[in-house]
Amino acid sequence: MARESEDAGMAKASKVKRQKKKKTKENKTRTVQANILYDNAKGEENPNRHYANNKIKTTKYTVLSFLPKNLFEQFHRFANVYFVFIALLNFVPVVNAFQPELALAPVVFILSVTAIKDLWEDYRRHRSDKEINHMDCLVYSRVERRYVEKYWKEVRVGDFIRLRCNEILPADVLLLSSSDPDRLCHIETATLDGETNLKQRQVVRSFFDLDCDFDPLKYNSVIECEKPNNDLNRFRGYIIHRSGRRDALYKENLLLRGCTIRNTEEAVGIVIYAGHETKAMLNNNGPRYKRSKLERQMNVDVFWCVIILLVMCLFAAVGHGLWMFQYGDKRPVFDVLSPEGTDLSPIMSAIYLFLTMIIVFQVLIPISLFVSIEIVKICQVYFIHQDMDLYDEETDSHLQCRALNITEDLGQMQYIFSDKTGTLTENKMVFRRCTVAGVEYSHDANARRLAMYQEMDSEEEECTSHGGTLPRRDSVTSHQSAPVVLRSQSTKSHRRTGSRAEAKRASILSKHTAFSSPMEKDITPDPQLLDKVNECSSQMDFMRFHSQPMSQLPSDLSDIIDFFIALTICNTVVVSSPNQPRQKVRMRFELKSPVKTIEDFIKRFTPSRLTSGSNSSSSSSLITNRSSNKGCSSMLSSPSAESTLTKLDEERPPRGLDHAFSPVPPCYDGKAWDKEEGELRYEAESPDEAALVYAARAYKCSLVGRLPDQVTVELPHLGKLSFELLHTLGFDSTRKRMSVVVRHPLTDQITVYTKGADSVIMDLIKPPNTGNSKGKRQKKIVYRTQNYLNLYAADGLRTLCIAKKILSKDEYACWLQRHLEAETAIQGREELLFESALRLETNLQLLGATGIEDRLQDGVPETIASLRKAGLQIWVLTGDKQETAVNIAYACKLLDPEEEILTLNADSQEACALLLEESLHYIQAKFLCSSTDQAAKAFHTNFAPFEIYPSSSPSSSSSHTVPFMVHRLGLVIDGRTLAYALDKSLEDKFLAVARSCRSVLCCRSTPLQKSMVVKLVRNKLKVMTLAIGDGANDVSMIQVADVGVGISGQEGMQAVMASDFALPRFRYLQKLLLVHGHWCYSRLANMILYFFYKNAMFVALIFWYQFYCGFSGSAMIDQWYLIFFNLMFSAFPQLITGTLDKDVSAETLQQLPHLYVNGQNSEEYKPYMFWMNMIDAFYQSLVCFFIPYFAYADSDVDLFTWGTPITTLALFTILLHLGIETKTWTWMNWLSITFSIALFFTVALCYNASCPTCYSPSNPYWTMQRLLQDPLFYLLCAITPVAALLPRYFYRACQGTLFPSPVQVGRQLDKLPTEIRRNILSLSRVKVGSPLSPKPPFLSLAKPSPKGCNKKDQRSFPSSNTPPAKKGPVSQADEEKGQRSQVQPSDSVRSHSDLYTLVATEIDTLPYTKDAPTTLGGATASFNQSL
Amino acid sequence: MMASSYNAKDEDGHITVSGPGGGTLRSKKPENTAFKQQRLPAWQPILTAGTVLPAFFIIGLIFIPIGIGLYVTSNNIKEFEVTLYDMSGPHQNPFRNCNNVFMYYGLSNFYQNHRRYVKSRDDSQLNGDLESLMKPSKECEPYAYHENKPIAPCGAIANSMFNDTLELFYNDPNGTKIQIPMTATGIAWWTDKHVKFRNPTDNANLTAVFQGTTKPVNWRRPVYELDTDPQNNGFINEDFIVWMRTAALPTFRKLYRIIPKKNSMVPTLLRGNYTLEVVYNYPVRSFEGRKRMILSTISWMGGKNPFLGIAYITVGSVCFFLGVVLLIIHHKYGNRNNSADIAN
Repeated sequence: MARESEDAGMAKASKVKRQKKKKTKENKTRTVQANILYDNAKGEENPNRHYANNKIKTTKYTVLSFLPKNLFEQFHRFANVYFVFIALLNFVPVVNAFQPELALAPVVFILSVTAIKDLWEDYRRHRSDKEINHMDCLVYSRVERRYVEKYWKEVRVGDFIRLRCNEILPADVLLLSSSDPDRLCHIETATLDGETNLKQRQVVRSFFDLDCDFDPLKYNSVIECEKPNNDLNRFRGYIIHRSGRRDALYKENLLLRGCTIRNTEEAVGIVIYAGHETKAMLNNNGPRYKRSKLERQMNVDVFWCVIILLVMCLFAAVGHGLWMFQYGDKRPVFDVLSPEGTDLSPIMSAIYLFLTMIIVFQVLIPISLFVSIEIVKICQVYFIHQDMDLYDEETDSHLQCRALNITEDLGQMQYIFSDKTGTLTENKMVFRRCTVAGVEYSHDANARRLAMYQEMDSEEEECTSHGGTLPRRDSVTSHQSAPVVLRSQSTKSHRRTGSRAEAKRASILSKHTAFSSPMEKDITPDPQLLDKVNECSSQMDFMRFHSQPMSQLPSDLSDIIDFFIALTICNTVVVSSPNQPRQKVRMRFELKSPVKTIEDFIKRFTPSRLTSGSNSSSSSSLITNRSSNKGCSSMLSSPSAESTLTKLDEERPPRGLDHAFSPVPPCYDGKAWDKEEGELRYEAESPDEAALVYAARAYKCSLVGRLPDQVTVELPHLGKLSFELLHTLGFDSTRKRMSVVVRHPLTDQITVYTKGADSVIMDLIKPPNTGNSKGKRQKKIVYRTQNYLNLYAADGLRTLCIAKKILSKDEYACWLQRHLEAETAIQGREELLFESALRLETNLQLLGATGIEDRLQDGVPETIASLRKAGLQIWVLTGDKQETAVNIAYACKLLDPEEEILTLNADSQEACALLLEESLHYIQAKFLCSSTDQAAKAFHTNFAPFEIYPSSSPSSSSSHTVPFMVHRLGLVIDGRTLAYALDKSLEDKFLAVARSCRSVLCCRSTPLQKSMVVKLVRNKLKVMTLAIGDGANDVSMIQVADVGVGISGQEGMQAVMASDFALPRFRYLQKLLLVHGHWCYSRLANMILYFFYKNAMFVALIFWYQFYCGFSGSAMIDQWYLIFFNLMFSAFPQLITGTLDKDVSAETLQQLPHLYVNGQNSEEYKPYMFWMNMIDAFYQSLVCFFIPYFAYADSDVDLFTWGTPITTLALFTILLHLGIETKTWTWMNWLSITFSIALFFTVALCYNASCPTCYSPSNPYWTMQRLLQDPLFYLLCAITPVAALLPRYFYRACQGTLFPSPVQVGRQLDKLPTEIRRNILSLSRVKVGSPLSPKPPFLSLAKPSPKGCNKKDQRSFPSSNTPPAKKGPVSQADEEKGQRSQVQPSDSVRSHSDLYTLVATEIDTLPYTKDAPTTLGGATASFNQSL
Repeated sequence: MMASSYNAKDEDGHITVSGPGGGTLRSKKPENTAFKQQRLPAWQPILTAGTVLPAFFIIGLIFIPIGIGLYVTSNNIKEFEVTLYDMSGPHQNPFRNCNNVFMYYGLSNFYQNHRRYVKSRDDSQLNGDLESLMKPSKECEPYAYHENKPIAPCGAIANSMFNDTLELFYNDPNGTKIQIPMTATGIAWWTDKHVKFRNPTDNANLTAVFQGTTKPVNWRRPVYELDTDPQNNGFINEDFIVWMRTAALPTFRKLYRIIPKKNSMVPTLLRGNYTLEVVYNYPVRSFEGRKRMILSTISWMGGKNPFLGIAYITVGSVCFFLGVVLLIIHHKYGNRNNSADIAN
């Protein structure tokens, strides 16, 4: 003990010294030492004392700082400053208009509403902080010499904590010990990145060989690592032992806060980062703030309001000056001197008056507008959240609005940029077919099986949609019932430590776990291939039995077996068993290292024994040598790696091969695994990998265990084979491949298996030596495989090539040396490792290729079709290869077989420029001139661009040219060409081409290119863009777009984290945009316009009065009414309308997607509308002012007895105006309007009865009471609103009849009984192909209804509650139509195309060419004929 | 999947052996209520010519008769106006009815609604608050103190009180002038007289009460000498109260006296010539104002003002006319649209 403390003391001294040195030298690192060394020193000398502790505080305010800080934040909003300024202006006696205290009321009200909201949010944060801070964990206590329970918040950097299975990590912890024999610790990172597969973390190398329990008291190393940063995938540092030896630390050693320990009984670690310095917290940044287009537009008009305000004030000021001036020196009695008794010159009074008028007219700048908009948006977000149609049963998740303030942008989108994989497709990979050694195995049975699932799926979906909450994955359920009981024990422990919120989130996320459905798992093998596999393995068994070298195997058979071995082992799949969820299947075989020579061989080159980590995506960096400790006098009294090895060696019977296949594995958790063979679960980081492993399993070639240094595979006849895993060169997007280096247990060769994208693998294939037969065969294989690859791609399958390479020992040794150098390099390790991988992956031998299907998500084609009908341009940006992408594009109806496709593939900048130029000419020549039927020929699919030039002669064209018509053209461009096209010099041309195409498909694009494309379109075309994606590669694109949508699918949470809206499925985008976007936009737009109107109307009343009060700034409206009018009397109805008003029903909006154009063109709120509203407001206020004026002219009416009726009239007029603009009247609208009026009268009556002397100067005692007895008051109330609203009402009526907007047509459709409406809608849908349609029908893009469509129709229109047919002309007409449509359908069809000709012009044009007339008539007509 | 159900169980601690199906108990599935799904039953009016037609006609049909009624009512009111330049002289009496006749004085171009003017008063003082009596509020400045004495009543409004006296005489055919008896009470609002305005104490001796204050600068007499009737003196003098109720517009009239009806048989004012005698105190030249005396009867809708009647008739007619226009539109275009839009 004494020795220990002495040691500790010494260590301390040296550490402190070193730390100081370090600190002065470079401040970029953090030094962590064990806290237990300093327990006595009470923290004074503890070098860790400067680091943040683990207490988290996400609240913004404290009790003291709340008021100043909150106010400070609120004053960042300019409007608030303005209103406070005005309120303060009231305290200046010369200019004041109202009672100063009263004038403060609205500002204080608005500020306090916001403050209360902030306070509440902050309180909730505080509560959750508290909950998290008070979670328990085990921290080592020096005093008690054991781990004691402490709260999370008491954990400090340098503490040792013991983690148990299923515990959530309280801080970022460096893993020092694990109960796992492989010194691994599994964590689930779902709460961080949403990935639900288990990640393996490794004990720090130096502690690797520690056999007994880790003893914190013996620890005295120092850790140096990076400063806290938010990069989840990066951690670097060293651990410096007392001996002076340094060991590198990697991210594989770090356990991050918020993750959950799985599959590991116990782990011990030292806290490196705590509290706010943990990576999880650093990554946690608040919600995003974006300003919507509507708000930008609104701000312009707010600015106009300011101008109007100033003009009005100026006018009044000048008027007042003149009015004063006319009296000259004679001062009339009513012109009161200033309080000091001094006389004011007209100019001075005018200046003072200007300020007064600003106060009086302040209402013109709607103070409550900003608050109201926020309230309405919160309500809108609430309703979007509540929408059942946006709820995904399967994942129990619904749409999340992460950005609260851009809901209305959803209604104004013009361009959609979509990722493909995982967004349009499910990212559920299903193995479809493969080719091995040039022979294709079509897997027909498998295809049939899939087809069956698909049908089942759709049926089931109908069931669930009607029946409610049927779990979809029955087969999984059966697996699970047992485990649930088994797990109760661990559940408890988890519950004790886990934060509810985090656990909840994890539970949601983990439902996304890939590969849970039998569709993906149970692959039906191709009989032919299965036979071959069997034959092959039996032969191998035979050969093994007879000790023949495996090389004698016929090469096609050996290729097959190699192919499957590669599928099985060339991945990072972790095996777990469903009975022990999240428990790694543990089967440790003795390492079959039969050839000592290799071991020696390697030892000659390196001081280390060779091992490899194989566990995670970037495992290449993980590979370090395990036995390096051996050399140094280990400070840990544990059996060294060597001894472990020897132990294993002892167990191993001396003679090699036979014993590699012992029938029962010695340490397989005591379970007869054969019975459960089918139940092994594979957890993969990418679904492709799992798909391939499951596919291999179907051929009895199953992966049964994976350890860092070995992979166990079971083969038919051969039993279990253990491959010594020498290296794993993880997948990265640059190389587009991964490789494993293994020692083949049968042939004993060092073999490299590589799996990757066909384009890269094909380039790496060793050029076959055509001289011998083998070479010829190889060449044939390559040629055939390439053919099949093309075929697969044409089928829309994802292709992967499998290749292998056999290394001679010399080659391997040579490579290994440099690889190890790379690994140990400190500078630029990543680059070196990359190069090292490149050196290895050459001269491969092609084994075969696989085709994996990534199924389209449900409803994708329909969604795309309807979004396109909605006038949205859809661009798909994908990393996939061109053929695959094009095929998926066809499958999801992005490209139409009827349309022509421009393909841009260029090798150089010049070529690209030329291509763009040509395409531009082509488009111009072809489409601008062909308005006649001659263009008919042009409408057929054409993959080769520029072959067909327009056959029509330009002379025949009579149509006017429209700049950027969207033609029936598709553009396909690959990543390389895109890079050229995005160059500054070409981007304009590229855009010109791209924007005239109906659909654009960018293949092989990098994440950066994706975001560049979005940025280009957004900035150059000034359009609203939406980016949707699901993976990390879409993040930049999502961030760049106006609205970013993340699919909370299977690829983790990065996209969701970056997004504004998170959807469970792509198809929900349809309702989100077409319905909610439309509603949010039209509601808000109308509300904002109404706000401007309302305030202008109200303020103008006072303005008119200035003409009759000598421009003195007097107001006939009592200041109470003036100030509370906006805040109380007229506030509720507009909020209700702004939240609930539906111009068109959800069904109709979805059925008639082109109504979306309304929002795209900002139809509801155009700049001129603001001015129209202003004019209307001024007219209405004139009426409301002058009718009472003349009615009371030359009477004995006093100021407020005259002003109160005006206020009342204004209120009525304003509410009725809202009534005209309200499209749906629910009981809430009625209630709110009634409430408003009642409130006004109640307040007025109470106010006028309360105090006879308090409300100077207006002193309205008993005014309202008297007015209510005055018939004149009622007469005024009847006539004024009518006269004021007459023009608007008349205009609306005329508009509704003479030139109804599409939205109004939609509304009329809504009124029809369900049956009839459905008929009409389906007619307008089916009509498309009709040769009779004289004009391009607006729904022309719909294909003659596929089966799914009809089904969907029926679903969305439950006919049960058909309202009774309306009496009257309409209903008669309906019936008539119903009959007629049976007799002569063509007629009704034509009439419907008539009906929509209004919109037909707009549907094929881009939103920004809204005035484009129809020019595509001929073209479309001919297209119709061709159908 | 395993982990999912695993975690789901954590939350409430009890274990249900139902696999993922158990999750639906706590599922986040939104409730299917009309409100949350935005399906509240609603009335959805569509404004087209056809639908608003009835409204226009109904409004027209209602408004025109009302307007006519109002117009007739207004025309039945007798009003007689004299501009007070010609001080006196015989005037023909237009009144023949048996109701009260109201005598107003009218001022034009007098901006009683000027912002600073309106504010220049102290309601507490007027309400009889003794403290305010001696310490008028700041609002009264610069008419709060005069020669260091508080002004009662303070402020510009009081200071500029109309102080002409008008008297009406009946020129008897036999040459004698008979003064028409007029009441000076009942001309202010009841609430003003009894609630808002109060003398500092109920003490009958107002002179003592107002001791220590001074009269407004422009006044000839102090406030406690406005009338002899103690119920109409001091702050509760009705002429004063009426004046203090500031007019809304620069041209206004204020009720001065009421000529009460004698009985239902005899006209209030006999047919004949009358003489108006004016004690001319109030200067209006400085603001180019004009003084008038108005005699008027009133009806249920107030004084004589044909405007509202005309307005009703006009709006009613316009509505009717627009209704006709809409009818035409509806006939010409509405059908086309209906059939095309909706039902063929």
